Amino acid sequence: MLVDIAFVALGVVAVLSGAAVFVVDSMARATYALAVSFVAVGVQVLFLQQSYVGVVVILMMVMEMAVMAVYMVMFMGMNPALMPMSMVHSNRTAVATAVLTFLLLAAGILVVDWPARRGSPPPEVTEALGEALMGPQMLVMAVISPVMVATIVAGVVLAAPRTRYDRFGDDLRQRPPDDPQPGGVGR
Amino acid sequence: MGEPLLTSLPAAAGPAVVTVAPAWAVAVVAVLGALALAAAAFDGVLSARSASAGGALGAAGRPLGEASRLLRQRRRTTVQADTLLWRTGGAGLFVAAALMLAVVPLGRWTVADLAVGVVWFNAMDVMVWALVWLVGWGANSAHALVGGYRFLAHGLGYELPLMFALVAPAIAAGSLNVGAVAAAQDGLWFAAWMPVAFLVYLLGVAGFSVWGPFAPALGTDVAGGVRAELSGVDRLVLETGRYALLAAGAAFAVPMFLGGGAGPLLPDWAWTLVKTLAVLALLVWVRRRLPALRPDLFMEIGWIVLLPAALVQDLLVAVVTVWRS
Repeated sequence: MLVDIAFVALGVVAVLSGAAVFVVDSMARATYALAVSFVAVGVQVLFLQQSYVGVVVILMMVMEMAVMAVYMVMFMGMNPALMPMSMVHSNRTAVATAVLTFLLLAAGILVVDWPARRGSPPPEVTEALGEALMGPQMLVMAVISPVMVATIVAGVVLAAPRTRYDRFGDDLRQRPPDDPQPGGVGR
Repeated sequence: MGEPLLTSLPAAAGPAVVTVAPAWAVAVVAVLGALALAAAAFDGVLSARSASAGGALGAAGRPLGEASRLLRQRRRTTVQADTLLWRTGGAGLFVAAALMLAVVPLGRWTVADLAVGVVWFNAMDVMVWALVWLVGWGANSAHALVGGYRFLAHGLGYELPLMFALVAPAIAAGSLNVGAVAAAQDGLWFAAWMPVAFLVYLLGVAGFSVWGPFAPALGTDVAGGVRAELSGVDRLVLETGRYALLAAGAAFAVPMFLGGGAGPLLPDWAWTLVKTLAVLALLVWVRRRLPALRPDLFMEIGWIVLLPAALVQDLLVAVVTVWRS
C-alpha cells in the first residue's frame, strides 16, 4: 500500500517537474526540472526491482543534465540564456501535438489486451532483462560497438577544421604543436 | 546491533553483512559529521603548522571557531539570485555524502545493503556535478559561474577515470555489492594488486570534493569562484559538504580497496574507522603537497593518461580474475 502510494507520488513528481520545464523562465531551472523528472522515473524503476537499471538512469541523467545546462546556457538565444527567457516556441502547434500524442498513447494503454502474468519473476531480474535483450544478439552487439566507436572518431576527425599540418607545420616537424588550446601533457 | 563487540572479531570472517534498522541512518549522519569535523581539525593543524603560528590544540579547534563566526555572520544576498537552485546546490553536498556513506558497511553492519552499491556511490558522486554548478549559477554572479564551469571542466576529466577505477574491484569481486567486494579481499587487499585504480580513485575523491589540486573552482584568482558570494551559514554548509564528501570518499575506499574491516586484534568496525581516518588524513595532507590542476590542462591528462591507465588496469584485473576462476 505504502509502496503503491510512493510509486504514484513519484509518477506525479515526474509529470509535474516535466511540465515545469516549459513553465519556468530560466535555462538552469528548466534543465534541472528535467533532471528531477528523470530522477523520479529512475526511483520508479528501482521500485520495479530493476536496481541496476534504476541507479544507472539516475547516474546518466544527472550527468547529462549537468552537461546540457552548460550547452543550453552557451548556445540558447541571443542573450546566452543568462537572462530570463521563454522556454517555448511554436506554442500552439506544440501543445496540439503533445495533447494528441498523449491521447493516442493513453488510448493505446487502455485498449491493448494486456497478457496475464505467467510464472514469477526470476531472482536476478537485471540479468534476465539483459539476457532477453542481448542474449541472442551478442555477436551483433560485439561487432557493432567498435564500428560505432570508429564512426564517432571518424566523424570528429572529418568535422575538425584543423589538420595535423596546422598543428605540426608543413613538414610535420614542429614541436610542440601549434594548438589554440594547449593540452596538459605537452604533445 | 546490540550484540557484544567481542563476538565480532574478524576471526569469524563471515562475509555476511547485516542490514540494520533504517533508524540507524541517524548514526550514518553522526559518523559523517564526526569524520568531517576530524578532517577540518586536521586541516586546521596543518595550516597552523605551515604558517608556524599557534599551538596544535588551538589550531585543531579553529574549524569550530570558524563555524561559530560564520553562524553569526549575515547571509549575503545578490540581485536576482536564483535562491532555490543556489541553496539546493549548497545543502545537497552533505546529503549526497550521507547517501554515499549509507552503502558503506561499518564492519558487518550496513544501513543499505544494495545489490548495486558501487553504482549507487557513482551516481551520488555524479550528483555533485549538478550541485556544485548550481551553487555557482544561483548567485547570479560572474565569478561564481566561472567557478562552476571550472568544476564541470574538471569533472569531465576525472569522472570517467574514476568510473573505470571503481570497475576494477567490482570485476575482481564479481559483484557490485559493497559488502561482497570487501569480503572478496581475502588476505590480499585490492589496493595492493590494483594500485593504479586506487590512485585514480583517490584523485577522483579529491575531484568531487573540490579539494587540493581540484580547488581552482574555488580559486582566489576568480574571487573565490563558486563560493564568491557565499557567506554566513551558506558558506558553512558548503564547507561542511566538501569535508563530508572527502570523508565519504575515504570511507568508501575501505571496503573497495583496503579489505573492509579485516585486521588483527581490533573488531572489524574499529578497523573500518581506523582505515577511513588514515585515508582521510592522507587526502587532507595532500592538499598542500600537490599543485593546482588547471581545468583546461587537466582535461588532456584525464583522457590521455588517466583513462587509458585505468582501462589497462581493468584489463589486467579481468585477465587475472578469469585466470583464477
